[in-house]
Amino acid sequence: MLSTPGLKRRSDFIQAVRAFFLDNGYVEVDTPIRLPVLLPESEIIPFSCENQFLHTSPELCMKRLLSRGAQQIFQICHCFRQHEMGQYHQTEFTLLEWYHVGRDYQDLMGECEQLVRYLAAGHTSFPALGGKDTLQRDARTVSLATPWQRMSVEEAFNTYAGMGALEALKKDCFEEVLVTEVEPNLGWQGPVFLYDYPVELGSLARAKADAPHLAERFELYICGIELANGFSELVDPEEQRLRFTAELAKMDGHSAAMPEKFLRDLERMEETAGIALGIDRLLMLFMGAPCITDVLPLTRDDL
Amino acid sequence: MYSASDLRKGLKVQLDGEPYIITDFDFSKPGKGQALYRTKMRNMITGNQFTQTYRSNDKFEKPDLEERTMQFLYSQGDEFHFMDTTSYEQTFITREQIGDNINFLVDNMEVQVLFFGEKAIDISLPIFVNLTVTRADPWVKGDTSGTDTKPVTVETGYQLQVPPFVEEGVKIQIDTRTGEYMTRVKE
Repeated sequence: MLSTPGLKRRSDFIQAVRAFFLDNGYVEVDTPIRLPVLLPESEIIPFSCENQFLHTSPELCMKRLLSRGAQQIFQICHCFRQHEMGQYHQTEFTLLEWYHVGRDYQDLMGECEQLVRYLAAGHTSFPALGGKDTLQRDARTVSLATPWQRMSVEEAFNTYAGMGALEALKKDCFEEVLVTEVEPNLGWQGPVFLYDYPVELGSLARAKADAPHLAERFELYICGIELANGFSELVDPEEQRLRFTAELAKMDGHSAAMPEKFLRDLERMEETAGIALGIDRLLMLFMGAPCITDVLPLTRDDL
Repeated sequence: MYSASDLRKGLKVQLDGEPYIITDFDFSKPGKGQALYRTKMRNMITGNQFTQTYRSNDKFEKPDLEERTMQFLYSQGDEFHFMDTTSYEQTFITREQIGDNINFLVDNMEVQVLFFGEKAIDISLPIFVNLTVTRADPWVKGDTSGTDTKPVTVETGYQLQVPPFVEEGVKIQIDTRTGEYMTRVKE
């Protein structure tokens, strides 16, 4: 739980996020959080609410705005995911999500760098910041100077686990290897972008034109902590329907419906890149806090 | 049945027919991937520890555990015998299972005995127990050596630090969670 001065810091931090996007031509949106149907994602379990669901991210609604002509939009909102409780997880958490029409995932990595550096520069009074362009965690100093390292998922698996990512996926141990052997090594000298995930792990991301087994998806890591997930959006409604069908087949009942209105709108959506960033986790890093609960006004256990 | 999302520190589950307690627990979930529940467990009978990663669809049986209030009767060799004060049923558990509780266990003491099915596997003591001091150095009034505690031995053989005024033959209250002196007991 945050102290009263901590509340002020959280507020300043969130206002700075807004300022960054408003200065860069984005429009803030606030879409509904209780939805009749969600995007089918087999590993994310929603809370149901009066025959509907609390959203697990604002992706569905924001993409519908894009298909209606919005060009650059962002949203800061609470999202809800059942069972996710841990050092870096809360079932209710704050997500920042933004979309930029006409851009791809490589462009978004650049925007992500700019955002984090802008926020760090504006909050040098926060415990883990202060040094010039650096962040402190676990007695180590991380340089935020650009360019940040970009490493393909395949390279990261080979480097840290001695096993290819596709091989791990085949052996059904991709997540275990990622969590135990790869992630802890990422982002200690400077932030790292992992990119090009197996296409099975990016059900809403565009496949690479020259390597269709890979999705144009990336994740940002700082100090071993996953902060953001972005991709070049899949805008082909037929391909998207196939991907959703595969996801639905893996699910056992929860929210298992095809989002038909979303698919219909997708026909009009232009090439776009989109990203979600965990606001609580970035604030946790800036504040030098060990747990996500340290930077929340109230946690689930306080209620 | 428990599912993986019920796992947390202190939860007791049954694996391969034996009860386990979760001693450490870590939830992780990479990106949009599967949730992983990294878990450290201790076998409640053998004390063996192991670490295992579970996934969302893993299920666990609830162990058949029950606590009964029983009185400590006597020890014989490695066996510590207890009696149910209402049914007069008797059972025993081993020295190894008693563990550090032996420091605070005296005849006729009422304790909670944990049963797994029909088998007694552990005891839990009252938080506070009163034990007689059997050996203590005398208190020298006006002692200005500056030490504010001294070692004493209680009837179970357990040694602890107490204030200098505690003398042989008196009863003291001990916190069994920490093993520390609480207060002198007036009889």
